[in-house]
Amino acid sequence: MTTTKHVVATIEEVPPGQHKKVHVKGRDIALFNLNGEFYALGDKCPHEAGSLCTGKVVGLAISKEPGDYQLVRPGEFVKCPWHGWEFDIRTGQSYCDPQKTRVRMYESHVENGDELAKGPYVAETFKVSVDQQYVVIEL
Amino acid sequence: MNVQVRGAKSAEGAQRLGVIDCDIHPVMRSPGDLKKYLSPKWHDHLDTYGSFHRQPFVQGDIYPRAAPYLSRRDAMPPNGGPPGSDLEFMRAQLLDLHNIEVGVLQVLGGGTHQRNIDYGAAICSAINNWQVAEWISHDERLRGSISITQEYPEAAVAEIRKHGPDKRFVQIGMNQRSLEPAGRRRYWPIYEAAVEFDLSLGIHTGGYNGHAPVPGGGWPSYYAEQHHLINVCQQNVLSSMVMEGVFEQFPTLRVVLVEGGFTWAPALTWRLDKLWKKLRSEVPRLTRPPSDYIRQHIWFTTQPVDDMGSPERLREICDLVGWDRLCFSSDYPHWDFDDPRYAFTFRLSESEKLAIFNRNARQAYNLQ
Repeated sequence: MTTTKHVVATIEEVPPGQHKKVHVKGRDIALFNLNGEFYALGDKCPHEAGSLCTGKVVGLAISKEPGDYQLVRPGEFVKCPWHGWEFDIRTGQSYCDPQKTRVRMYESHVENGDELAKGPYVAETFKVSVDQQYVVIEL
Repeated sequence: MNVQVRGAKSAEGAQRLGVIDCDIHPVMRSPGDLKKYLSPKWHDHLDTYGSFHRQPFVQGDIYPRAAPYLSRRDAMPPNGGPPGSDLEFMRAQLLDLHNIEVGVLQVLGGGTHQRNIDYGAAICSAINNWQVAEWISHDERLRGSISITQEYPEAAVAEIRKHGPDKRFVQIGMNQRSLEPAGRRRYWPIYEAAVEFDLSLGIHTGGYNGHAPVPGGGWPSYYAEQHHLINVCQQNVLSSMVMEGVFEQFPTLRVVLVEGGFTWAPALTWRLDKLWKKLRSEVPRLTRPPSDYIRQHIWFTTQPVDDMGSPERLREICDLVGWDRLCFSSDYPHWDFDDPRYAFTFRLSESEKLAIFNRNARQAYNLQ
């Protein structure tokens, strides 16, 4: 199946630590900016379909021994707004059931407007300008 | 039917069937709204002394909750107020979206467990008038639960007599945590009134009776621990009602156990039947094995459906509990909400869907 480039956001629109819900080919996709890197996850939680874009971005609470509490990898997980499943934003895998309960990941990257303008691409809600950078999802 | 379980390939040809949701939680827009419905003689009491449940803390809950307002994070109404307080938003997010044909309101907290039982009765009365004025009169899909003070049966019966004739109320709302086990005779006047007005008894998870959630070791440390014990409490409620002979006394009483799980029911039934065969003479009022009473009088709401490891195992449990005993519930807007499309992980036959999502609740609530 051939994929198409979909321009979904300018990079300023989704600053580090933020996320945005975008629509590509009829699908809702949650676009995350994790320290300047963009990740595109299916917005539907694989458990009962809660919208991950309305979830909280969190770290992982871990413990090495009784009484020890640590919060590691802050900002690297999204917690479903319904039942609290935690998903690794980089891989889409859930923490508790990484093999079976995982969110679909989509290919995304940043492109310069001058390169992108050569086309072909789909950008229904954007005017691509040559001096901007954009997040592109290929689907 | 608009309910499609995961794995369903196509909605084509599927019948559209309305869903009956047995557990919807409406809340007041602000705590001050209570006064609009509370008898003025109690306003001063509320201002001066406030509300006190039988729990360690004056404000807040015993256990930390997983989410603000105990709710789905996407359930905050856009026009303000806490989740569950805006009928318009509830229509969009639940009733219309999931084609809910009948939604049974379960009002939590309030007067049921007030330490001052007179004040508790006044709050229950206010909550019932509020359900009429702001909910069941505004959407004909919604049905009320008569809120009662179960520790003050005389007041409870008066409230049942007041609202029982209104067919928009389909059950009496009780909490699972009462001062004494639910089968004790002090509560029988409530059960008698339920039968008289053809109302089911909806026993919902939760409540504050001052005891640790399940006696036998004191207070659990974590919410994750306590949230499982609600199932054990429902087992205690059920065992007590059976062993005390409630169903011999009230042979037409219908009980819906709400939000307490159902996968435990077969094991409890096996154990009770085994005990009855050996110890029957201690409880001679029982003329049949406990499983008989349970199959006849008890319905279980489904949320939260347990993760059984494999869909086939969940189906086996449904076989054991009985396909006529399970009633779908969403628990909207709470955080452990079940979506009717995804709550069951295996493919239900059309007749199984009809039973769980509609017909069983019709029987449990005797809906016309």
